Amino acid sequence: MKIFGVAILAASYFIGQFLGEGLGQLVHLNKNLGGVGFAMLILVISNDYFQKKNLIPKETEQGITFWSSLYIPAVVAMSATSNVKNAVSNFWVAILVGIIATVCCYLLIPVFAKFSKKYTN
Amino acid sequence: MKEIIIKLLEENSLVFALLLVGLIMYISFLISKYLTNNKIPGAAIAISIGLVIAYFGGEKGIASNMHNGLQIGAKPLKQFEGLVLLGSSLLHFSIVSTAMGASFTEIKKTGLIGILSLLVGTLLAFTIGSVIAYIMGYHDAKSITTIGAGACTFIVGPITGAAVGASSSVIAISIAIGVIKSIFVTISTPFLAKRLGIDNPHSAMIFGGLVGSTSGVSAGLAATDPKLVPYGALTATFHTAMGCLLCPSILYFIVHSFLP
Repeated sequence: MKIFGVAILAASYFIGQFLGEGLGQLVHLNKNLGGVGFAMLILVISNDYFQKKNLIPKETEQGITFWSSLYIPAVVAMSATSNVKNAVSNFWVAILVGIIATVCCYLLIPVFAKFSKKYTN
Repeated sequence: MKEIIIKLLEENSLVFALLLVGLIMYISFLISKYLTNNKIPGAAIAISIGLVIAYFGGEKGIASNMHNGLQIGAKPLKQFEGLVLLGSSLLHFSIVSTAMGASFTEIKKTGLIGILSLLVGTLLAFTIGSVIAYIMGYHDAKSITTIGAGACTFIVGPITGAAVGASSSVIAISIAIGVIKSIFVTISTPFLAKRLGIDNPHSAMIFGGLVGSTSGVSAGLAATDPKLVPYGALTATFHTAMGCLLCPSILYFIVHSFLP
């Protein structure tokens, strides 16, 4: 049943958020520190475990993959409901960061490729 | 007639949100296909349309209760409550589900260099984003962390912003950063691929891990050499997961300790 997959996803989500909130309390920031990241990690780990034991039928998996196909539309919903009016005056920050950060990452590609060649030989 | 429609939308705001977002996605993919010859990813166009629509609203974007250009109250309009829900907790929910495509067996295949490129790519993008944010006049840890996270991908920005409690306008900027990155990567990859040595699966994986933007990397590689797409997309997906894990936790903590 597809709902099993959705429920596994929901469980991972709550455990992850719980860890994120807990971590936030622990360091006295009272914020959710990486809850979504933890939830992803839990889903990956449990998925790996279940796959090895052959416990996840195709149907169950589809319940999860359906939601993963909705993330771009959800980002669209978020951008449509965010405070763009206040952000417009700082929009060139977005352009600067977007381009400079990407170029810097580009520059490292040949370095990494060279390093990995040396490493594998 | 008008009353019936508004009543229906108010009572079924989540269904309305799905319809609205579906329409935006459809229009965006048409634009991508016919106006840009698939050069700019439909996803990037759709998010840009979302940001443009939000501009005509207020604090909650299109969902704000506006009257003559002024906002009335902080509560969103009833018919758009579903859109707010889809863009907040359902967004996080669906982001978590994307981890399903990533398994440890796959990441092990990319080896040490794959993991290293992921880590360095995330940290580098975050650092550059944060430093520029600081120079540009953002001096609080929440905003700086969110903008730095936006430099990873347009997913990591809003996830981090929501987690650390950044303002909605800073989150909007972080989404915009990710969109610009995605478009920039898409357009520049085919031109730079040769010079950067992206011509084999191995360097494609390094490229995906360092740069991250899954939509940009996939579209850029597709225009360069379609055979390389799965390799780049693999590590790029992990880049988002890595960002969602590190940015709102350790990295926010570090920024916070410098700028409480």
